[in-house]
Amino acid sequence: MTRTSLADPTRTSAAAGALGSGPAGPAQEVDRGRRAQVLARRIAGKLGGAVLVLWGAATAAFAAQLALPGDLATVILNVRTGQAQQRTPEELAVINEQYGLLDPVVVQYLSYIGGLLRGDLGSSYLQFRPVWDVIGDQIGATFALTFTALALAWVLMVVWVTLTAGRSRPVRALGTLVETATAGLPPYWLGIVLLLVFALGLGWFPVIGGTGINGLLLPALTLAIPLAGFMGQATRQAFETSLTQPFVISARMRGMSDLGVRLRHVLRHAVLPAVTLSGWALGATVSGAVIVETIFTRPGVGKVLVTAVNSQDLPVVTGIVVVIAAAYVLANLLVDVVYTLVDPRLRTS
Amino acid sequence: MTALKDSPAGSPVESAVQATPARARRSRRVRPSVALALAVVGLLGLAVAAPQLLATHDPTAIDFSAALQAPSAEHWFGTDESGRDLYSRVVHGTRESLTIGLGAAALSLALALVLGALAALGGRFVSGTVNRLVEILFAFPTLLFALLLVAILGPSATTQIVAVGVGSAPGYARIVRGQILAARRSGYVEAAIALGHPRSVILRQHVIPNAVRPLVAVFTLCVGQSIVWASGLSFLGLGVAPPSSEWGALLDAGRAYVTHAPWLVVIPGLVIVTLALAATAIGKDIQARLESGDS
Repeated sequence: MTRTSLADPTRTSAAAGALGSGPAGPAQEVDRGRRAQVLARRIAGKLGGAVLVLWGAATAAFAAQLALPGDLATVILNVRTGQAQQRTPEELAVINEQYGLLDPVVVQYLSYIGGLLRGDLGSSYLQFRPVWDVIGDQIGATFALTFTALALAWVLMVVWVTLTAGRSRPVRALGTLVETATAGLPPYWLGIVLLLVFALGLGWFPVIGGTGINGLLLPALTLAIPLAGFMGQATRQAFETSLTQPFVISARMRGMSDLGVRLRHVLRHAVLPAVTLSGWALGATVSGAVIVETIFTRPGVGKVLVTAVNSQDLPVVTGIVVVIAAAYVLANLLVDVVYTLVDPRLRTS
Repeated sequence: MTALKDSPAGSPVESAVQATPARARRSRRVRPSVALALAVVGLLGLAVAAPQLLATHDPTAIDFSAALQAPSAEHWFGTDESGRDLYSRVVHGTRESLTIGLGAAALSLALALVLGALAALGGRFVSGTVNRLVEILFAFPTLLFALLLVAILGPSATTQIVAVGVGSAPGYARIVRGQILAARRSGYVEAAIALGHPRSVILRQHVIPNAVRPLVAVFTLCVGQSIVWASGLSFLGLGVAPPSSEWGALLDAGRAYVTHAPWLVVIPGLVIVTLALAATAIGKDIQARLESGDS
């Protein structure tokens, strides 16, 4: 370890800095400057990557609108009236004018991207209004649901893993079994079972989830349980590896309680894979949210999305997809920051 | 080369190197959970091949006097709003559900193989572009990507296969890329390079086989996930339509009666969960066997 870091100048200086034994004075100044440079380059790289992904997502969304089979103006009219038929040139001319469909593709593309930069997601084929108006007041509810679900998943996962990892054989087996079983539960099934048991059977929660805390808990739990199982699998492995590390033994020798060791020393190492997964999970949870909102008749983009897909109202569909992709990219940038906070080794390396 | 491979000396040496006898014996034993999972798969296979052997009723026979009955000795899974036997409908729906699941999984892995191989083996430009493309596609959650495709193509069983297959491909492409890269950096490839083997031979004989073998486990997991997602589409009313007895369509049809006849949703859902768990158990077992070098 020391030999490899000696060979690598950035690492050596970082290690020295971390130990606090680096020589004071100009050497440290240079060191800090280089470190800031590395950090700035890394941040620029991350931001560049994020912008690239967003641009790609927007391009894919634009391509999807072009990919509708048949003449787009006819499709739009058919979508509006709900019946497929031949249209007169006069009818088509109005639509072509309204959506600029006769412009060259490049012009349409540029105007779409330009619109996105101004926060304009295009306008619905069906509802004669901007997509943002259709989804703007719904998307907050969906994000509230996914964030609550993610937070709940973390609580469930941390408690479960701390209690069962590295214990006696049957307890460990139970822990793993529960994680494997819950990770595979589809939201449509789990949601309905929770609804039947806790809302209809026990009457603890409203059947139709409102926007309040009470209406939020069951839908969030539906998303959180499989997610907790999924993250738990990764955390458990790291947790059990950390339990055998020298710093755990030394903490125990200092007389620290078992729970104290687990919470203060082991957990910090063990949650790293779960932090990485969280950015991805926030996006993935949106998939489940669409289904859960349908089950619990909750407000959110889920219902809007399903209706729009059904009626081929493509601008609404792509609008939602682009917003979700943007949220995913943001969440992953955030995860990078959190990762650096949890793992101080990354701040200096 | 073939002569060498077929020589009798080859195999015993190989197996002796692979694992100590005790370890081999332990990993060859079938664990109870895996046995159960294999039994589930066998039963489903029978339902695909010969549903009439398992079904107790005609899945389309309508009998309004027996509508919405709870599970009983006569109707194991209960009956739906037209008095059709749910158990027989689930059995007869197996073929369509599994076809969609297997089709989507096959499509997904085929795409993942192409993308992953390009990303891992292509030149600087190709691998950079493909990596970015996968990154971009990965930003779309599976179901949302699938819904986007359904919006373009219109709901049908074929759309379901395409939508779920394409929707889940980016995640698997990352796995494939990782496997190929890991194989490329391994000691045996380094040895082959040192021995002066040509690049194409190394690729064909060392990298590809070692990168593809773990994908058997991934494929098993992928089939389970594909069925879960495809049924999710049907559940939203965006897949196979209700007269069909595809499992997701059964869920969709039963949703209207969830307060009065919960079994109409809970039982088909339980079948999907069972299959997904069986696929997970088998996939993980294959993975463990491959890792311990005993296949």
